[in-house]
Amino acid sequence: MALLEVQGLKQMFDPNAPKQLWGVVAEFEDEEALLKAGRSMHHEHGYTKLDALTPFPVHGIEAAIGIPRSILGYIVICIGLTGTMSAILLQWWTGAVDYPLVIAGKPLFAFEFAMPIIFELSVLFSAFACVFGMLGLNGLPKLYHPTMHFTKFGRSTDDGFLLVVERHDPKFSAIETRQLLMNLGASSAEIVED
Amino acid sequence: MENLTLTRSDLDAISPRLVLDKGTRPTGYKDVTEDVVSIIEVKTPASWWIAFVVSFLVMCMLFGMLTYQVVTGVGVWGNNSPVGWAWDITNFVFWIGIGHAGTLISAILFLFRQKWRTSINRAAEAMTLFAVACAGIYPVFHVGRVWRAYWLFPIPNTDIVMWQNFRSPLLWDVFAISTYGTVSALFWYVGLIPDLATVRDRATGIRAKIYGFLSLGWRGSAVHWNNYEMAYMLLAGLSTPLVLSVHTIVSFDFAVSVLPGWHTTIFPPYFVAGAVFSGFAMVMTLLVVFRKWFHLEHLITIKHLENMNKIMLVTGTVVGYAYGTEFFIAWYSGNPYELFTFKNRAFGPYWWAYWSMISCNVLSPQFFWSKTLRTNIPFMFVISIFINIGMWFERFVIIVTSLHRDFLPSSWGYFRPTFVDILTFVGTFGLFMTLFLLFVRFVPMIAISEIKGVISGDKHRNLPQHVESELSAKRDEIMKVVV
Repeated sequence: MALLEVQGLKQMFDPNAPKQLWGVVAEFEDEEALLKAGRSMHHEHGYTKLDALTPFPVHGIEAAIGIPRSILGYIVICIGLTGTMSAILLQWWTGAVDYPLVIAGKPLFAFEFAMPIIFELSVLFSAFACVFGMLGLNGLPKLYHPTMHFTKFGRSTDDGFLLVVERHDPKFSAIETRQLLMNLGASSAEIVED
Repeated sequence: MENLTLTRSDLDAISPRLVLDKGTRPTGYKDVTEDVVSIIEVKTPASWWIAFVVSFLVMCMLFGMLTYQVVTGVGVWGNNSPVGWAWDITNFVFWIGIGHAGTLISAILFLFRQKWRTSINRAAEAMTLFAVACAGIYPVFHVGRVWRAYWLFPIPNTDIVMWQNFRSPLLWDVFAISTYGTVSALFWYVGLIPDLATVRDRATGIRAKIYGFLSLGWRGSAVHWNNYEMAYMLLAGLSTPLVLSVHTIVSFDFAVSVLPGWHTTIFPPYFVAGAVFSGFAMVMTLLVVFRKWFHLEHLITIKHLENMNKIMLVTGTVVGYAYGTEFFIAWYSGNPYELFTFKNRAFGPYWWAYWSMISCNVLSPQFFWSKTLRTNIPFMFVISIFINIGMWFERFVIIVTSLHRDFLPSSWGYFRPTFVDILTFVGTFGLFMTLFLLFVRFVPMIAISEIKGVISGDKHRNLPQHVESELSAKRDEIMKVVV
């Protein structure tokens, strides 16, 4: 969860630090064009380090550019069950072990009366796991990212659909990748430095 | 199939799928961004300042009254023996109930794939948060020594050297409300992140920095959306049972006691239905005003309002049925105390509260059976206010009339609110409106990214061509606004 990339930090303190190639960003006018280009890049041309920047979740993009299903659910269930156990232990330990006190003849611990708080704490823990798990998996917060150098980066949160190819892709070649994206119908494509 | 003509009711059945009113203004991706974000970018309108100053002064009155209460003691309220719970708990349940519509819209309608929710969920969730904030004031200040309010939570401390009583519904309530407030805030913020990024990318200078910080560097990456959508769905799945549990546990505060009028098993479903009913009424009251004020009639359309009116009709009828069932069981159980309590509710000293409740909650939503009336904006605005009033009276009736005449006539009493009770309650509306006005001023009040997702889906909804053309031809009829 690095707040800034090392490169970004370097530039913050030294604006003249040498820049290096990061990847290529291409802009498409609508979600169909993006899906078509993404599918072609991944399935026909064999690119693997692809990403898309879109103003809303474009359905089908995961399959088109090869993003696996989110593992967030597994994180949430584990943390959620931790909440369940915490609630049981809290109510049992405080009521039956640490300070046993008979009130209205009720048992010191029973699942019947413990249930509401067991439920609430399970939900509370799960919700936190959901939000922070999502942010963690996404590597957010991260206030700087090389794609933000793209001239029309702002369109990705408005009405533009960007396709990103990273330098680390084995098939990457700045000039050729850029040309390929233009051929696939991009309205503009730029080589982005970091 | 091609020659099939669509009847009026066919069109009506399809039309809720048409979330946005495309006839009046363009609803492209850029138009939506512009229409929603420009609200918080333009110079603050004078009307906003007027509303804000009024709300702020009313909120100051709330803090004044709370200070007076803390300095003097809980005796400044009209609570007495036997009416030990009065306006404080009434207002608490009233505000918590209002919050429920926000979660219902954001979570339950999401799971049911009701796309029309996207136009109203942001404002409704914000309303939830602010309503929970208003509600939280009452139990905290009712404890008397507010500075000891942390005793409500199992925090190890050296003051009491003992633990909370987990066998008490009042403690369940502490957990339910605090979980509800926290989860609602998380849900709301997660929904906001992409929209804050949209605001960031249009802003310059310090604004860009603030919104940039708040949007956590969101850039709409497909990898991120993948996890985000999973998180959103899981949060909706978690919030759905949560919202039902919250008012269920609130109702346990009463149902677990042995007091006639409170000790009934119908309370959990009856409270939840009432909460949704009152919440939708409050959403309606707010949105009718704010959609007009900020020119969002093409995004929050008459269809949205009509759908909400239908939900109010259903939940209002459920509430009316619950009132009837309570009376039936009071008679059928053969319990003389129970029967007395209910006769006393309707014909005792608080008869006026009971009949206000019946006329506002049971009778007023019945007008929505008529299509003309449920698409008439001024009419629905008035009805929504009646429902708000009625649902406040419902809680007052349940709490005060059950308490004021219990088993022993020698201990009967009567509750009258003091000026502190009244001004504190009025003050919470000031707090609520202040927060809501700040919300519409600084945060996109419509979920932009979700609306765009719906627009995209709308392009591919695959209705036959002749249905599409008929829908657009009859748009005015379907979207008819009676003003």
